[in-house]
Amino acid sequence: MRQKILAVDDSRTMRGMLEQALTTAGYDVELAEDGKQGLEKLENDKPDLAITDINMPRLDGFGFIEGVRNQPFLRGLPILVLTTESAPELKERARSAGATGWIVKPFDEVKLVAAIRRVLA
Amino acid sequence: MNSKTNLRELFFQECEDLLESLTDGFAELEHDSTDMETINAVFRAVHSIKGGAGAFGMETLVEFAHAFENLLDEVRAGENTVNPEMLSLFLQSGDHLADLVDAAQSGTEPDLVHGGELLAQLLTLSNAGGDAVPAAGGAPETSCTNEIGDVDFQPLTLDLDSPLSEGEEAGPVVMRFTALKDLYVNGNDPALLFRALEEMGDLSVEADLTALRSLAELDWDEPAITWTLTLDTTRTETEIREVFEFVEGFCLLEFLSDDPGSDTPVDPAPPHSAGPDATAPANASMAGSPTDQDSVRSDGPTRKAAGTKNTIRVDLDRVERLINIVGELVISEAMLSQSVTEMKLDSDNKVGTAMGQLKQLSSQLQESVIAIRAQPVKSLFQRMSRIVREVSQTTDKPARFATEGDYTEVDKTVIERLVDPLTHMIRNAVDHGLEDRSARAAAGKPEQGTVTLSAAHRSGRVLIRLSDDGGGINRDKVRSIAEARGLISPDAELSQSEIDNLLFLPGFSTNDEVTNLSGRGVGMDVVKNEIQALGGRVSIESEPGCGTSLTISLPLTLAVLEGMIVEVAGATVVVPTNMLRETLRAAEATIHAMGPGDRVLASHGEMIPVIDLGAFLGFRTPPQDLSEHTLLLIDSETGARIATVVDHLHEQREVVIKGLEKNYGQVVGISAATILGNGQIALIVDTDQLFEKSRAVQPSALFDKAIGA
Repeated sequence: MRQKILAVDDSRTMRGMLEQALTTAGYDVELAEDGKQGLEKLENDKPDLAITDINMPRLDGFGFIEGVRNQPFLRGLPILVLTTESAPELKERARSAGATGWIVKPFDEVKLVAAIRRVLA
Repeated sequence: MNSKTNLRELFFQECEDLLESLTDGFAELEHDSTDMETINAVFRAVHSIKGGAGAFGMETLVEFAHAFENLLDEVRAGENTVNPEMLSLFLQSGDHLADLVDAAQSGTEPDLVHGGELLAQLLTLSNAGGDAVPAAGGAPETSCTNEIGDVDFQPLTLDLDSPLSEGEEAGPVVMRFTALKDLYVNGNDPALLFRALEEMGDLSVEADLTALRSLAELDWDEPAITWTLTLDTTRTETEIREVFEFVEGFCLLEFLSDDPGSDTPVDPAPPHSAGPDATAPANASMAGSPTDQDSVRSDGPTRKAAGTKNTIRVDLDRVERLINIVGELVISEAMLSQSVTEMKLDSDNKVGTAMGQLKQLSSQLQESVIAIRAQPVKSLFQRMSRIVREVSQTTDKPARFATEGDYTEVDKTVIERLVDPLTHMIRNAVDHGLEDRSARAAAGKPEQGTVTLSAAHRSGRVLIRLSDDGGGINRDKVRSIAEARGLISPDAELSQSEIDNLLFLPGFSTNDEVTNLSGRGVGMDVVKNEIQALGGRVSIESEPGCGTSLTISLPLTLAVLEGMIVEVAGATVVVPTNMLRETLRAAEATIHAMGPGDRVLASHGEMIPVIDLGAFLGFRTPPQDLSEHTLLLIDSETGARIATVVDHLHEQREVVIKGLEKNYGQVVGISAATILGNGQIALIVDTDQLFEKSRAVQPSALFDKAIGA
């Protein structure tokens, strides 16, 4: 069975790129435009992994991660955070919010898949 | 596969939206520079542009967006506050960002000098100074040490660049690894880490289960197993450590082979945890069925958030096609309707009723289809705010830009073609319209001038008005310039409005020197021509000391036009009614002969040149006797008026415009064609060219001629 990844990003371009890269890598992809929609989609889509941006309207990446980790049945879900550069504080905050790992943008497919494989069985 | 191209296009489309929200945000900040939501939105817009640009390798754009973003981020974090100086820099940086996006899209060279200056300013205002970009190869942000506290890990974690083994002969790497609670809390799994290691070489894993308690006593998040990993690899320690990047601080990791003497953290003191509490059920680690949870609740599911517009993007060609088809439908409907009328059925017959409904539906359909292409003028207005800023800066005339009716909708194609004329008008308004500082001070006006751009719908047309609170038109100066250029004769008597309209004459420029802003070789005559090409009119009003306003009146769409169907020399043609002032029977009019072949109409004390439409179109020679003919009085923008001779008037109605240029090129005197209800093709007259033909563009010149005769 193909694994499903939920990608949460407010940028259309980034969603497009994630969708394309992930689909090419053989994953099923669900998209959400912000943290709020991401949490809503989790319920029905039951992804195996979530990838989320940090800066988003309505509910940002930190909020999204906290939302996931606070739910008993979801809290083990691996979550990768998208960051533009290796900003130490951002990574640290994401980690303390409960992010499993991160992907530095701009990513290529190899980097993306390597990061996914490190957190997704 | 051109998906990369598609994504690029997607990116540029998104940039358009992001830049628009950026402009919106700055406008908000001008009112309230502390609104966090706005600052966040602005930050996100720049951030997203940077993110996308990075993905497509647009370095210049990334660099600039990065500096911009950093400064915004400081504001966001409360480390820096927005002051007028910074806001002005934001605005300019927003403009430059737009330029860089344009340059990236068109593959042209952006203005790097200007960009460099702005970049320097951004860095200067930023607290971080020029040091905002993280240095390459910098120290890793965390190490196990930080989390574990007093346990000394340093020799293991910081020495990233030294290769673990120099050659293939080096022995296997031995690591001891203990997962701490937070590693699981954050969704990591040691098995996956081992799998990643395995891909680097030969791996053997040994688990030390001595700390493991019996199942009954087992606490799922208490680290109990320590693994000894032996990896036979040629990779460096840095590469191996990369595998553990995500779990740094959430594990105890020692490299035994490298430095056997180093302290070993045998006591896995659990780090203080920021994660959820530890009393969670044991099976909580993964998945499960989320159906029975009371998860994402009440505050979540309403999807009508502000800003999320429910829209789709449609290729303009498709809309165009739809509009064409509906145009054809309207024509067929008119043909059908005419046939039905000719059948002279009873008034209460069913065909007539159905025809009525069909007519109503087709006209609704037409309106709806045209509405698809309608867009709010907001984006157009936003572009203009930039022009005001630029000109204001160059001319050192402080100017505020106000807009009204941003959400007035106009056909997209019209909006696009308004950019150039409006740009020019705005340059003029600031450059020529507003007085300089001293003059404003002398007149008791605020130092900052105001330029207002407004849009509104008025009886089936769109009115776009640009007004300034400047000194108004200096009519004496305008007049003397017009005389000096031979545009009017020195003794011509002109009304105030006639003088104002001289500005629209070809080759007019009020400034003694052509400035580099308003100059550029275009005068208001070009503006006028462009507006007229859109089926619109421009008018000018000016009040000395109070300002000038220019009003553009446009049809809602370029797809239909209100026309008078007339007959001339046996042909049916359409005269657009937008400039039609009056119709009168020639027999009842006072017409004077003026030299060989020329005639003028005396009307309301004016002498109006008479032009035969048939002769203008090359259908015939002008008739000698006009008594059976009809005259159409048509105005030009400049206030000139002509009387056009036609044979008969049929009716006034809306016609669907069918372009001719594609097949016939530009036809002199004809702007387009239409298909009438009876299926007949009728040409639409280009009334502007009637004026050119009449060589009577200057009302005064003609007036002089009439008087002098």
